[in-house]
Amino acid sequence: MPINYYIYLSIALFIIGIIGVLTRRNAIIIFMCIELMLNAVNLLLVAFSKMHHLLAGADNAFAGSDAQLFVFFIMVVAAAEVSVGLAIIVMMYRNTHSVDVNFLNRLKH
Amino acid sequence: MNNLIALIPLLPFIGFLINGLGRKALSKGVVSIIGSGTVLASFIISVLIFVYHYYSATPIRYFDFIHVGTLNIPFAFQVDQLSTLFLLIITGVGFLIHVYSTSYMHEEKSEHFGRYFAFLNLFVFSMLLLVLGANYIIMFIGWEGVGLCSYLLIGYWFKNINYTKAANKAFVMNRIGDLGFLLAVFWLIARLGTVSYDEVFSNLGKLSHGDILGITLLLFVGATGKSAQIPLYTWLPDAMAGPTPVSALIHAATMVTAGIYMIARSNALYALAPVTNNIIAIIGAATALLAATIALRQNDIKKVLAYSTVSQLGYMFLALGSGAYVAAVFHVMTHAFFKALLFLGSGSVIHAMSGQQDIRYMGGLSKKLKVTYITFLIGCLAISGIPPFSGFFSKDAILLSAYEHNKILYIIGVITAALTAFYMFRLLFITFNGKFRGTEEEAHHVHESPAAMTLPLIILAILSVIGGFVGVPGVMMRGGEKLADYLSPVVPVMEHQVAGSTEMILMVITTVIAIAAIAIAWMRYKTYKEESVSPVSTFFSNKWYVDELYDTIIVKPIQKLGAIANTYFERLGIDALVNGVGKMVNYGSRQMRWLQSGQVGSYVLLMVVSMVVFFVLEFFLKR
Repeated sequence: MPINYYIYLSIALFIIGIIGVLTRRNAIIIFMCIELMLNAVNLLLVAFSKMHHLLAGADNAFAGSDAQLFVFFIMVVAAAEVSVGLAIIVMMYRNTHSVDVNFLNRLKH
Repeated sequence: MNNLIALIPLLPFIGFLINGLGRKALSKGVVSIIGSGTVLASFIISVLIFVYHYYSATPIRYFDFIHVGTLNIPFAFQVDQLSTLFLLIITGVGFLIHVYSTSYMHEEKSEHFGRYFAFLNLFVFSMLLLVLGANYIIMFIGWEGVGLCSYLLIGYWFKNINYTKAANKAFVMNRIGDLGFLLAVFWLIARLGTVSYDEVFSNLGKLSHGDILGITLLLFVGATGKSAQIPLYTWLPDAMAGPTPVSALIHAATMVTAGIYMIARSNALYALAPVTNNIIAIIGAATALLAATIALRQNDIKKVLAYSTVSQLGYMFLALGSGAYVAAVFHVMTHAFFKALLFLGSGSVIHAMSGQQDIRYMGGLSKKLKVTYITFLIGCLAISGIPPFSGFFSKDAILLSAYEHNKILYIIGVITAALTAFYMFRLLFITFNGKFRGTEEEAHHVHESPAAMTLPLIILAILSVIGGFVGVPGVMMRGGEKLADYLSPVVPVMEHQVAGSTEMILMVITTVIAIAAIAIAWMRYKTYKEESVSPVSTFFSNKWYVDELYDTIIVKPIQKLGAIANTYFERLGIDALVNGVGKMVNYGSRQMRWLQSGQVGSYVLLMVVSMVVFFVLEFFLKR
């Protein structure tokens, strides 16, 4: 399968993520959109890694699977990060009874 | 011995540090002992040098002061006959004045008392540095130091705005002269690459006539500032704002003679500049006459003495210009004795009158202030040039050299001598004779000063009487000119061309004229009456309107210029620029405020937009 499809898919995912971050006000949905952007990049990483090894002339089926290992690590770290982010959102909800980010402009004053 | 010599200026400096830093902690007694004791110790060392003839033609080097490229200025002292004589005068008279001050300033607060002695010690230190230095730079350090101390001590009572202004005036006037001195030193460095006396004087052949003329004239400009000559003399009478012992030490006996010392020290240079010498002689004579006429009509006891000092300094410059360096130095010495005596005497009078300085409200003080009166009388006789008092010999030496140099200058000198005798005895008679004209309270208060004040008076009076015998003219006594012999290794002695009989006649003439002037003063002022006012006397009592003239042609235009610069450069230029920057930042940030809305969404939007902009720039426009 040509690399272009992967690139288009991940760009589409990334832009969906950006639009989601920009337009939505619910903190949880923004958070999910950020995850979406992250995973778009992950996808790109795996795709490019495979392409890179194939172009270099590798012939076994496992060539280029090191990026997949990386991505697992990234997912682990992202999961840890998500837990922190969700904790923040929970604290935010406890304090403001809302998960609306536009409500969080108190630092301005 | 070299270390001992270094102690001469160092001791008063240590005194300055102790008194200055500990002025709040030390009692007046301790301050007095440290202040006077350090100067006494310097005096003793100076006497040792004098007695054991520890002179050297080559400078005593201590360390390199400035060493840049080929220019090497060592910190070195020159101990020869000339500097030793000045050392003796400065530390000797200085010590007496310190002792006098302990009593005169006794009513000051302890803290200010310490400050006073600290400044006085710093002054002695600077003055000693000035005469001891073996090159013009060390002399200049002392030169600036004495100027600073003069400023500090004139403005000692700094709460009085007029005194502060007088101090400022003295400082600014001195600075004008200092510029001349500094330029002369630069000129020397540029032409010879050295400022040490011995090297400069042995390399005079390398200087062109123009160089010598310029350097000598610039040095003389420095001297006119420090030694109060036309056109920079107006600060000295105003300097009387300081305490009276300060006037005696700084503005009569020592600092104002720095210019004479400098020119006498540079005599090798001046011997090659006849034009400069003529200018010096003319300015000296003019100053002597001008100041003497002003002194005729002053009513402040210290102002009379101040103008008399200016006049006597003019005499000294007349001698320098005539090439009679020994006579000038001789007059410095005798003048230090009798003028310090007169100033201290006036201090004693002011002390007795509880601060009154106007002689019109004195009178009849001779009965109550016996010691002061007798010593003051001796001082007046000495300054008037009555034989055998010291002033007679020194003044006669000056007039003789002026006679040989130029007859007109001689006549001006004689007229000045007559005026001097007249105004000094006018002062004496108005102050001490006749009836007391002050208030009842003052009359009751009048008392003789304590021993700490009268003792210096007596010592100085004795010196004023006998001080002249070191320079008895050759025609009177063979080998009488001891001072000239003493100074001959440093200062060339001028051989007199006139016959002995002419010399005697000149002496008789000046003496007779001085006595006649005293007699006129006696007839006019033995009983005090209001002095008549005439246009001439108003002119004199207003000091020839020189202060007003300077005010109009120099001070006012400069202030105008300053006002213009203030409005246009300061306010419209610099201020507007600085305020404009502030205003711009203020305005700009107010316009940028909407960016910080606090809405996370708008921040993210901006971030994304700017990232897109960078992508576009990076991939599509960068070709």
